[in-house]
Amino acid sequence: MQERIRSRAIALLESGACDRVLGWKAGEFFYDVTPAVFTTPEQVGKEFVWGPFCGANLSKYLIQESRKGGKVAAFLKPCDSYSFVQLLKEHRIWRENTYIVGVPCQGMCDIDAIRGQGFKGILSVTEEGEDLEVDTLYGCRAMPRREALAERCLCCKSRKIVLCDERLGPDGEENPNVRFEEVKRLEAMTPQQRYDFWRGELSRCIRCNACRNVCPACSCEKCVFDNPSSGAENKAAADSFEENLFHIIRAFHVAGRCTDCGECSRVCPQHIPLHLLNRKLIQDMNTLYGTYQAGADLDTRPPLVSYTPEDPEPSVVGTIGGRA
Amino acid sequence: MQVKSEWTPTIVAFCCNWCSYAGADLSGTNRLQYPANVKIIRIPCSCRLNPMFVLRAFQRGADGVILCGCHPGDCHYTTGNYYARRRMTLLFSLLDYLGIERERTRVEWVSAAEGAKFAATMNDFVQTVTQLGENRRLEDLRCKSE
Repeated sequence: MQERIRSRAIALLESGACDRVLGWKAGEFFYDVTPAVFTTPEQVGKEFVWGPFCGANLSKYLIQESRKGGKVAAFLKPCDSYSFVQLLKEHRIWRENTYIVGVPCQGMCDIDAIRGQGFKGILSVTEEGEDLEVDTLYGCRAMPRREALAERCLCCKSRKIVLCDERLGPDGEENPNVRFEEVKRLEAMTPQQRYDFWRGELSRCIRCNACRNVCPACSCEKCVFDNPSSGAENKAAADSFEENLFHIIRAFHVAGRCTDCGECSRVCPQHIPLHLLNRKLIQDMNTLYGTYQAGADLDTRPPLVSYTPEDPEPSVVGTIGGRA
Repeated sequence: MQVKSEWTPTIVAFCCNWCSYAGADLSGTNRLQYPANVKIIRIPCSCRLNPMFVLRAFQRGADGVILCGCHPGDCHYTTGNYYARRRMTLLFSLLDYLGIERERTRVEWVSAAEGAKFAATMNDFVQTVTQLGENRRLEDLRCKSE
């Protein structure tokens, strides 16, 4: 697949159809593959990477890239394509300056999941059909690819590419309802247990803002958390209230626009399951206001900018979801 | 040594200018009793309530937050309270999910003619929050004074 993507990228650049290509290149380690913009075919041939660690969502970069003039080609996975459509819907990306190549995705791997299988001193990981070939300091061993998948890919909502100019493979299946199990488990707890769970998670937050910076929905030009007079500007959270404040407001600001790509949890250096906050909001909106998937199309109105006179009253809180 | 009196909750009530604020006024002119712990903040419409306001109220010492607005369909700006209803449902549900007791947050529709309902709502809400006790889960220790 990497060769196919590379040759397609080179062809786009050489034919002059595109001026730049947005893709992935290796970072410091083989597993921290980072988004990158390529301008020459030589660069693409040398550096463009496609593999089990290309989890980064490229859509957010198109906001800036599509405004720079010239045409940019982007290789988008199914979840990236949802974010792309959501950003188009919000008029953030200049569609005419983009050329989208859809890349089918089998789910991305998590280096911690591989380490969890007992591998130490990992040197490289390569795909061999359904398996991963893990090369370590202590020898080479194979493991099934599906056991190395990231949490968000195990319960993937959709392997469909929503919008693209060409695609490099067929669409996968959609499975929008398998992802709420963890939310339901939390909902079934008592308030004290839930409070303790979230205190344990959120108290690890170091306010690095990685979740905000990576989120395709969190791309306001001015952010409430950068406002010095808000009392919540960029700094280590001073106490438990500020941790809660940041995460509640962050989740709420993307409510109805979050496509559930799971990038927030992927980049969190403290491994806080932030996607569980977003998923709770998605589940509530689905239950109360009808099923809605952000980024699935360009026309439907998001639940928070719309209403019906028959909406449930706020007293339903606590009676929906896992405790119904 | 100062003798500590019995703890009473602090309630922040966000009231829509066009209905509940007038409703509170009416309950006053009718000499209806409701606890003095209720601090009313006037907002131009229930949908002016930014989720940040709710969290800030808890931070600065509120033990319960209630939003009062016009009955659905009666909004002075036609549709504001419909949006507020969706937003607050989701926000309060998220707070509940984080373990903040859902009895601490409430939305009530009180019209300008419902002075009695305003007083009854506040009496009931203060009683509920008194039973729950002090807000410990969304407090900011820096804002607490002894």
